[in-house]
Amino acid sequence: MVEAARRVLSVRDLVVDFVQDTGTIRALDGVSLDLHAGRVLGVVGESGCGKSLTARAVLRLVDRPGRIVSGKVLLDPGAPAQQELTALDPEGEAIRAVRGGRIGLIFQEPMSALSMHYTVGNQIIEAIRAHSGLGKSAARQRAIELLQEVGIPRPETRIDAYPFQLSGGLRQRVGIALALAADPEILIADEPTTALDVTTQAQILALLRRLQRTKGMALMLITHDMGVIAQMADDVAVMYLGKVVEFAPVQQLFAAPRHPYTRALLRSVPNIRAVPRERLATIGGAVPHPESRPTGCAFHPRCPEIIAGRCALEMPPPLPPDQEGASCFHVMPKMMVDA
Amino acid sequence: MLIYVARRLALALVTCAAISLLTFIIIRLPPGDFVDAYIANLAVGGSSVSAEQADAMRREYGLDKPVAVQYALWMGRVIVGDFGVSMMWKRPVTEVIGDRLWLTMAVSISALFLTWTIALPIGIYSAARQYSIGDYVATTLGFIGLAVPNFLLALILMYLGFRYLGLSVGGLFSPDMAQAPWSWAKFRDLMVHLPLPASVLALAGTAQLIRIMRANLLDELRKPYVVTARAKGIGETRVLVKYPVRAALNPFVSSSAYLFPYLVSGSIIVSLVLGLPTVGPLLLQALVAQDMFLAGTIVLLLGILTVIGTLLSDLLLMWVEPRIRLQGRA
Ligand SMILES: Nc1ncnc2c1ncn2[C@@H]1O[C@H](COP(=O)(O)OP(=O)(O)OP(=O)(O)O)[C@@H](O)[C@H]1O
Ligand code: SF4
Ligand SMILES: [Mg+2]
Repeated sequence: MVEAARRVLSVRDLVVDFVQDTGTIRALDGVSLDLHAGRVLGVVGESGCGKSLTARAVLRLVDRPGRIVSGKVLLDPGAPAQQELTALDPEGEAIRAVRGGRIGLIFQEPMSALSMHYTVGNQIIEAIRAHSGLGKSAARQRAIELLQEVGIPRPETRIDAYPFQLSGGLRQRVGIALALAADPEILIADEPTTALDVTTQAQILALLRRLQRTKGMALMLITHDMGVIAQMADDVAVMYLGKVVEFAPVQQLFAAPRHPYTRALLRSVPNIRAVPRERLATIGGAVPHPESRPTGCAFHPRCPEIIAGRCALEMPPPLPPDQEGASCFHVMPKMMVDA
Repeated sequence: MLIYVARRLALALVTCAAISLLTFIIIRLPPGDFVDAYIANLAVGGSSVSAEQADAMRREYGLDKPVAVQYALWMGRVIVGDFGVSMMWKRPVTEVIGDRLWLTMAVSISALFLTWTIALPIGIYSAARQYSIGDYVATTLGFIGLAVPNFLLALILMYLGFRYLGLSVGGLFSPDMAQAPWSWAKFRDLMVHLPLPASVLALAGTAQLIRIMRANLLDELRKPYVVTARAKGIGETRVLVKYPVRAALNPFVSSSAYLFPYLVSGSIIVSLVLGLPTVGPLLLQALVAQDMFLAGTIVLLLGILTVIGTLLSDLLLMWVEPRIRLQGRA
């Protein structure tokens, strides 16, 4: 199933460090994942596990003191025109053509992700013109079409509104229009609905789903909400402390989660059939700060299934990219079974 | 937006009225009055004034009346443009002040302008290249700028200008131009003499504004909309100038407004050192002599100019900040 779709982006063993006075923080510790045309990859994990950082690293938008230490990001992997984004100058022409042009980014906070000093139209037109030869009026026309496409009523007047004059839902639609401005094949949405109320959230997700399907885009949907994953994703990557610890197609993940962390995440989701008001199960303990990463399996201090004398000492084998499995001693890696 | 402007104007008027009252009270605050100061001054020289003469002087200047009446009389005349007579110079106040007010403005506004043009690019550079060598240099120079007293710098620059450039330093005009009527040549003469006092006055303010700009921009650079702009694929310089710099200008503009009165009061010492024909030294003399009409007029006019300056910077703020323009609030 996964093999059928064209791979458009590969992230391989990506490592990102933050060098600070207090020491070096390894925020991404060998992330690998793939995006496929026409498919939605859900990336899920608790706060601070490196979801946003992965998205930014793909576009080479990691700010100092962060630094990509090793690993690769490949655009069109295997194709003759394959581009190694990690090898590009982060302020150069080549990566700028990719940003917005090939890969669109949608942000969590539509209020702070848009500038309050320029109109909606100004900000979208700028993105359109950065990747096309369109003149001012043609770009404006295109911006109105985009606003229409993301379901903004009366786009020809709204285009001259400032973001603070719009509701949260409309603002996020503007954010989506902005990401679509240059017709990218890949969309990365970083918690696009977290800041919105439930109704608006559902509308925005439906919009993303529709746009992704009709345009055949690859969508990387970052969230910490398992409900959103269930509704939107084709495949799921579960992240913990800068690593992908489980990867599986969505039904597989919900039906038979392999990693103890995934199981804990699923338990913490309110079940539709559960008795209302029943207390949510939460994962015991807090996420350790990447600065003080536990030895062995990073999840072991919180793991209910810990194997004494092993998990705290040895690192479970990393997950091979794009294959179902989990990085845990309880799970026999698929490749070993195959071998 | 019109309502906003109207509200600002009304506020400005109230402020001016309050300034006039405060001015009057403060000037009357020290014990004694002009006549006492005058008699004390004469006593130093060995002569004396009889009690009748003193009373006559008090009556002439209205000093025998209660303070409230004095204020009312003065304000009544000020409103019709008559600022009274300087007791010290025995001439109308407006005549004594003469060009000094406009020259004070010229010096202060040039200093403000200089402050902006230097502080803005350096502040931007410092923030965009935080912790670079250039940033350290700018920060260090900024601290020095804050620490060096104005008058010291004035003396140093005066010496350097005289020693190496052969400039006729001191004053705002060459000696032969000082008393001449206004002409194109006199204006050019002023332009030649303006940079020195303007730079001296600009120094501390520049250092301060560099720090403000740097801090503002560092704040803005962390905000998500900067990432959004970068993620569009536009060039780094354009990202910087169009988005975070623009946003950082807002507090920069409003903090500049406070610079103007600061420049005027700062100019007193510099004016004394450089011998500038501004209102600063005159105000000092008037206060020492308790020449209340002169001092009151100067303080009142400076206050009004400051209020106008603040109003202008408010309007500027509206221009750079669409949210204020469209919603009348920050
Ligand atoms: N500027 C920074 N300085 C130091 N460390 C940073 C910085 N930015 C990110 N990190 C590190 O990177 C880690 C991952 O951050 P990231 O924003 O990717 O988390 P996330 O999974 O998106 O979390 P959230 O759900 O809260 O958005 C953080 O835990 C933090 O340790
Ligand atoms: S490796 Fe051990 S500690 Fe880690 S998740 Fe598996 S059982 Fe838990
Ligand atoms: Mg995040």
